[in-house]
Formats: sequence, C-alpha cells, structure tokens
Amino acid sequence: MAVSAPHPALHAEAPVLVIQPSRGWVPLRLEELWAYRELLYFFTWRIIKVRYKQTVLGAGWAVAQPLLTMLVFTVFFGRLAKVPSDGYPYAIFSLAALVPWTFFANALTQASNSLVDNERLLTKVYFPRLLLPTASVVAGLLDLAISFLVLLALLPLYGIAPSWRVAVVPLLVAFVVLVALGVGLWLAAVNVQYRDVRHVTPFLIQVWLFVTPVAYPSSLVPERWRGLYGVNPMAGVVEGFRWALLGSGSTSPALLGVSGAMVAVILVSGLYYFRRMERTFADVV
Amino acid sequence: MKSAAIRVEGLGKRYRVGARRRPGTLRDVVADAVRAPLRRRTLAAASGAEWHWALREISFELAPGRVLGIVGGNGAGKSTLLKILSRITEPTEGRAEVRGRVGSLLEVGTGFHSELTGRENVFLSGAILGMRRAEIVRRFDEIVEFAEVGRFLDTPIKHYSSGMQMRLAFAVAAHLEPEILLVDEVLAVGDAAFQRKCLGKMSHVAGEGRTVLFVSHNMAAVQALCDSAVWLREGRIVAAGGPGQVVSTYLQSSAVGVADRCWSDPAGAPGNERIRFHRARVAPAEDAGSPVITTRTPFTVELEYWDLRGGEPLAVALHLFNQEGTLIFHAGSAAGGGGERGVRGLYRDSCRVPGDLLNDGIHRIEVNVFAGEEVVFRLEDLLTFDVLDSPERRGSWFGKWVGAVRPLLEWRTELIQRAGAAPAPR
Repeated sequence: MAVSAPHPALHAEAPVLVIQPSRGWVPLRLEELWAYRELLYFFTWRIIKVRYKQTVLGAGWAVAQPLLTMLVFTVFFGRLAKVPSDGYPYAIFSLAALVPWTFFANALTQASNSLVDNERLLTKVYFPRLLLPTASVVAGLLDLAISFLVLLALLPLYGIAPSWRVAVVPLLVAFVVLVALGVGLWLAAVNVQYRDVRHVTPFLIQVWLFVTPVAYPSSLVPERWRGLYGVNPMAGVVEGFRWALLGSGSTSPALLGVSGAMVAVILVSGLYYFRRMERTFADVV
Repeated sequence: MKSAAIRVEGLGKRYRVGARRRPGTLRDVVADAVRAPLRRRTLAAASGAEWHWALREISFELAPGRVLGIVGGNGAGKSTLLKILSRITEPTEGRAEVRGRVGSLLEVGTGFHSELTGRENVFLSGAILGMRRAEIVRRFDEIVEFAEVGRFLDTPIKHYSSGMQMRLAFAVAAHLEPEILLVDEVLAVGDAAFQRKCLGKMSHVAGEGRTVLFVSHNMAAVQALCDSAVWLREGRIVAAGGPGQVVSTYLQSSAVGVADRCWSDPAGAPGNERIRFHRARVAPAEDAGSPVITTRTPFTVELEYWDLRGGEPLAVALHLFNQEGTLIFHAGSAAGGGGERGVRGLYRDSCRVPGDLLNDGIHRIEVNVFAGEEVVFRLEDLLTFDVLDSPERRGSWFGKWVGAVRPLLEWRTELIQRAGAAPAPR
C-alpha cells in the first residue's frame, strides 16, 4: 500500500495520507517500524506474557528445552554413537550449540505462524505487518538470555573458564536474529496464502538441525565439503558460539563472508517479498 | 478554505470470488499447474464471473469536524470502505486522501487477549488501536472508571462476563483521540445503561470537532449523530445528502417490508379439496402514508382464497410469530368481518394491524383455516415480512428495543406529595 507519511504522530501538523493501489515491488518503509516501536514493544511483551501462562514450569521451559535436548543428545550421540566432540565433554559441547539453535527453531516457528495466528488483528486494524514476525523473533531473546546464563554457569563445572571471546556473543546473537527474521518473513508471508507452511516448518527445522553441526562437530565433515557450510548461516552461528565459549574449532573469514552475504540475501529478499504480499494479507488470511 | 479531512476519488475494490481460488494449498497450485493449458482457456472464458466489485466509483469529501453516516444493506460495501480508509486492505482503483491521525474501530475488543488481565489488556488494546503509551497511562484511570470493572482489574479477562469484556473494550476505544474516527456498528454492545453512556461519549466526540465516519444499521442513531449520510448499494453510492433524506430514501427502497404472494395457477397453490389460496399479502395500510412497514406503521394482511365446496362457513386465523419464534398474537376472521360465507366462490379476508404494536424484525404469519370448529387446512409459512425500525427517535435509546412488542402506551405522571410537606413514611 502506498502511503506518503510515516506515523502521523510524528508530525504536529496534520499529515496527509494517500491511499491508492500499489503495483509491483514497493518500498520497504522501515522508518515506519521505528514510528511504531511502542507497538513492537507491546507485541513482544504480549508474546512473553502469554507464552508461559498456565504452565507449571513457566520460564523454566526456556532452560528445560535446551537442557533436555542436551541430555538426549549426550546419551544417544555422545555415549552410544560415540560422536566426537572436539575433545570437550559432549554435554557442554552440544549445549553450547543448542542454546542458539533452540532460539532459532522457536523464533522461526513463531514467526512463520505470526500472521495467521493474528488473523483477527490483520482484518480489523492497521499497523505495519512486519511488526508481528519481528516481535515473534525478538520475544525469543528473553529465553535465549536465560538459557545462555545457565550455559555460562555450567562452564566452570566442566573446567572451562569463559574468556574474552564471550564478547563476540552479542554479535552472534544479532546474526542469528537476522537469520531467523529473514527466513521467518518468507514463511510468514507464504503461510497467509498457503497453510502448508504450518506443516512444512517443523520438517524444515528438523532437516536444518541435521545439516547444522549441532549434534556433531563440523570437523566430522570432510574438508572439501566444509565450504558448503557458508551457505548455511546457522553453521556459522553454532560454531561461533562454540568458539566464543569453549574455544573450539576454527572459522575462516571467507566462510564468514559467504554466510554474511547469504543472510543479507535472505533478509532483504524476505523483506521485499513480505512487503509485496502485505497488500493482500487482510483479503486472503 | 479548509481542505477536506477525507477526500475519496473513484475508489473501487475488487475481490476474487468462487470457491476454487480461495486460500488454496500448495497441492491446488500444483494441480492447477498440471492442468495449465486447460485452465487458461476456462479462465479467459469466465474471467468476468471470477471477480466481484465490492466497491466501485466511490467519491465523496468530508470536511473536518463533520460526521458522515454510511447506510446500506448487508454486503453493500460499507465495511470494505472503512477497511480501505483505515489501510487494512488496499483499493483496486481510485485514491483517497486522509488528513490527520486516523483511529478505526471496526470491532469491539480488537487485540484483547483472554489470558491477560484487564489492566494488561487496556495497554495492549490501546497500543494496537494507535494510542501512545504515555497517552494510555494518562487516561488509564478514566478508562477503568468508564468500564466499571475496578475490582477485577488484575483478573485475566477470560474470567470476565461477556458484558464486562465489552465494557472494557469499549472504554479503551472511547478514549482514543484521533482526529479522524472510523466506526463500524459499535453501538450494538452492552446493556442499556452502558449503551446510553457510550452514546453520550459518541456525541461528545462529535462535538469536539473530530471527523467521524460512522457505519450503522441503526437509522435512528444515524439521524441523530450525523451531519450527512451516504447510502451504498452493491458497492456504489446511490444517495447522498442530509441524513433524514438519505435514511428515508433508503428505507423506502428496501421493499423488504412488503410481502405479496399470488398463485395464478390454482393447481400449484396451497390448499386442498375444500380451500385453495389465491393471494396473500402484507402491505402498509393505505392511510399510513408510508411505503414500508416500520414499527409505527399500521398495515393490513390480506388473504384471498377459493371456497371450493361451500357448506360450513370458512374462517381464517392468523398466528404471527417473531424471529425468536414467539407467538405474538392470534387473530381470527370468525370474530368479525361480516359478509356472506359458506357458498362456493373467491373470498378476501383482510385484517388491519395497528401501528405502534410490533417490534422491529422479521415476522412470520401462519394461517389456520377453520370450518366451524375444525381445522381444514394449515400453512405455517404463509408470509414472512420485515418490520423496520422506525427512524423516529424515542428518547435517547438507539439499541434494540427489548420485548416481543413495542406498543406506544399512554403515560401520566403526577406529583402526589411534595417532600417536606408531611413526614415521609419510613
């Protein structure tokens, strides 16, 4: 939809809003997101408030999810399958990857359903639609922070002292947020038209988990295939977490570059696709 | 000259219709792609039928501070127009200019979440409807007081009664402070006392120089609150002007208030070997001066039928039911009418129902034909007709008038004893 002014409240004098049909690709108008930042806050707050209502564990789930997965992985992959773990205890090795991975998987699921789940809002009130998937991803950060603190607390138990490298973690988090948002935008927009997405997303996440070195080290993959990891940005994130916390593995600038470019492509194309489909959301949802 | 708050030029909205192209699954798309060559041909042939214009060639201007009412039947495009102006959906053609901060109220309780408390929902819903956080904080006490939920403020609203949820939702909405307000049928909520309060709020809003676009089925409210009105039919404007004039044009044209059934072929007419119907009709009484039946209009029910055999005189009895299936009255022609009966021939029984008796809504007439004490024929769905809400205001109440009937009764009030003249009983 073509609109000539950002949020009206930004202007003291009456702004003029022009409403007319839009054609083809439309500008992203990201400044509108800024104007609506309070609503982004409220959407995020609502997701967090509602998420653990009427649960016994409450926010404990933020910790339980990666911890339980770690337990299962440790028993089956670490003990039974004897998957190598770069010389670190398998438990902490997998947990360091599971913390960002759990965030990613949850954020992606939430974001892909964010429009469909808020159908009533879409058909009854205007706001930049980008707020919904964005809030879904941002809301996951609280869980990520909690589980990350637990991870930090566990490190000394395995005789690992956090080093200065921990300072890189915020950058990695920003990176995984962008990945989740980019893919989430695509899925959310397609989901409005094709509800198949609801069934595809869990499957996609499962496959993605296996092509990402979460349960195993990337060193397990033959050298000549390892370049492909650049195409999977989550490989970089997961290995980055291990590098920052455990000091394991290594990464090359080339690989980071490819991953970065990949994320940029997914995010920008996701934004444009989302904005293009946005005009029909209220009609088809 | 001050520029218009809302200027709409040639606005139109087209929807795709037909079950085939509804939000499909990927499978449909794949299946369609396989049949692609075939589909292209059928699509071209039926392209006209696949689209429906919900709104077409809409143009109007609304000056700042004016209240415009939009009337029309279901599916006339009223809500589509509001959705376009509030940017929920995009127009297919034309353009609109909106000058000022827009708030839209297309339903009561937008953004409410049943797991959250009343307090939390006030903030959430307020933010979704476009209020700034600071604004909500500033008006919070006012909102809570208006909603009358004080004690339950920190209870999740899923434990509220539906009336309480409505009150809270409306309270938030009523405290929006946009320059332009788009409202769709919100007066239809809550109990009588609360509705009166909402209405007071609405006229207060209108009095503050806010520009309002008001969609309603409630003719009395449109006439009382609006400066001008527009009537939409099948997506187009068919009348515009003063609210009184537009409302009466609209009511006259919607001939739903009249029912007339005529069976020219006796073989197909309802009846048996004794009686056969010829015509059944409900119409405003000739002296009523109204082309439609409103709650104030006297009307006649006419039945024409053949007595095929003669003998025991025939009499008809009407049972009038309202929409809820309540029997409102029984009226039989045996009680009066006079005239000759009991011979073979075509008869007409007509009955006059006074105005100020029925409530508004759909009514159904069932007929029983008697020969003496015996029912010889019964037709449950003889006629169905609509009694329209009278556009004349009755006090300050715009909601659905409760009760099975809406009689106009005589009232008299006397002051029997002035307080203080004698000791009041305790």
